[in-house]
Amino acid sequence: MATEAAGAEHAKEGGLVFHPMDQFIVKPLFGDGPVGLFTITNVTLWMALTILCVIALLVLGTSSKSTIPGRVQSVAELVYGFIRKMVEDVAGKDALPFFPYILTLFLFILFSNFLGLLPMAFTTTSHIAVTAVMAVLVFLTVTIVGFVKNGAGFLSLFWVSSAPLPLRPILALIEVISYFVRPVSHSIRLAGNMMAGHAVIKVFAAFAPLILLSGIGVLVTPLSILAITAIYALEVLVAFIQAYVFTILTCVYLKDALHPHH
Amino acid sequence: MEGDIAQMGQFIGAGLASVGMGGAAIGVGNVVGNFLSGALRNPSAAGGQTATMFIGIAFAEALGIFSFLVALLLMFAV
Repeated sequence: MATEAAGAEHAKEGGLVFHPMDQFIVKPLFGDGPVGLFTITNVTLWMALTILCVIALLVLGTSSKSTIPGRVQSVAELVYGFIRKMVEDVAGKDALPFFPYILTLFLFILFSNFLGLLPMAFTTTSHIAVTAVMAVLVFLTVTIVGFVKNGAGFLSLFWVSSAPLPLRPILALIEVISYFVRPVSHSIRLAGNMMAGHAVIKVFAAFAPLILLSGIGVLVTPLSILAITAIYALEVLVAFIQAYVFTILTCVYLKDALHPHH
Repeated sequence: MEGDIAQMGQFIGAGLASVGMGGAAIGVGNVVGNFLSGALRNPSAAGGQTATMFIGIAFAEALGIFSFLVALLLMFAV
């Protein structure tokens, strides 16, 4: 989001020394040059780590293929079964060709959310640029699949045939608007949730040392640290739920593309 | 006292925009509360509907996130 805002000037202005939005600044890993298309930045590093983790989970999980699964294999099987069941339940059996895509989306979002929770880490999913790419790809996939599978019949998604006839044009307008808002809300939900959570943690983390130096700090600092711990626990939950919500909404959109008739 | 009137408007606007997040809180509370009261009446049917609940939460929450976004834009991007 608006993350390339000024960094270290906040302290000079007399504001918080640890500005809550500073953690989202994209900076080059080596040197201080400008960020170009092919500059290796902290985003690149954490995205690569995310992908390495996903590959490690799936490769290690399937390497032994034992009848009694070990720890890594159980986790890999659990994730696979969970997403497969979700695709089948929500989008139907004929959505299964898209299962690899949806599993990839889920694992990428889940791991970048969880890796972002490590101290000093960078949350790649907190950037609207990252989530928008995924959401727009989902939107394009759904639209293209809808038109390829149903032809012009896909447009019946907007024509609610169960509604009374005079109401249908108005409903069609609303449906079209809500269809095109999908990629916006899809991407902003994930980025906004991750960014808000991390900013809140940072605000409380800045509280603790600031207030410790002034009189009542002995009382307030432990409270502040308790609050960080509680919010961190909530963020672990949110990291999973947002990955889940992103994938389940992808499934819902896919169901619309495969079965557009209300 | 320093700063100008535009900055004051920016801060007041950001504060007003974050009121919308309270609406999202009410909405999400409504969704989960109604799910729970339905689930306790018929617990055997509840398991299959958790996905629907999460979709409902996601839709209700998205609008709160929008108002949060407006607040952030006012604070940092304007």
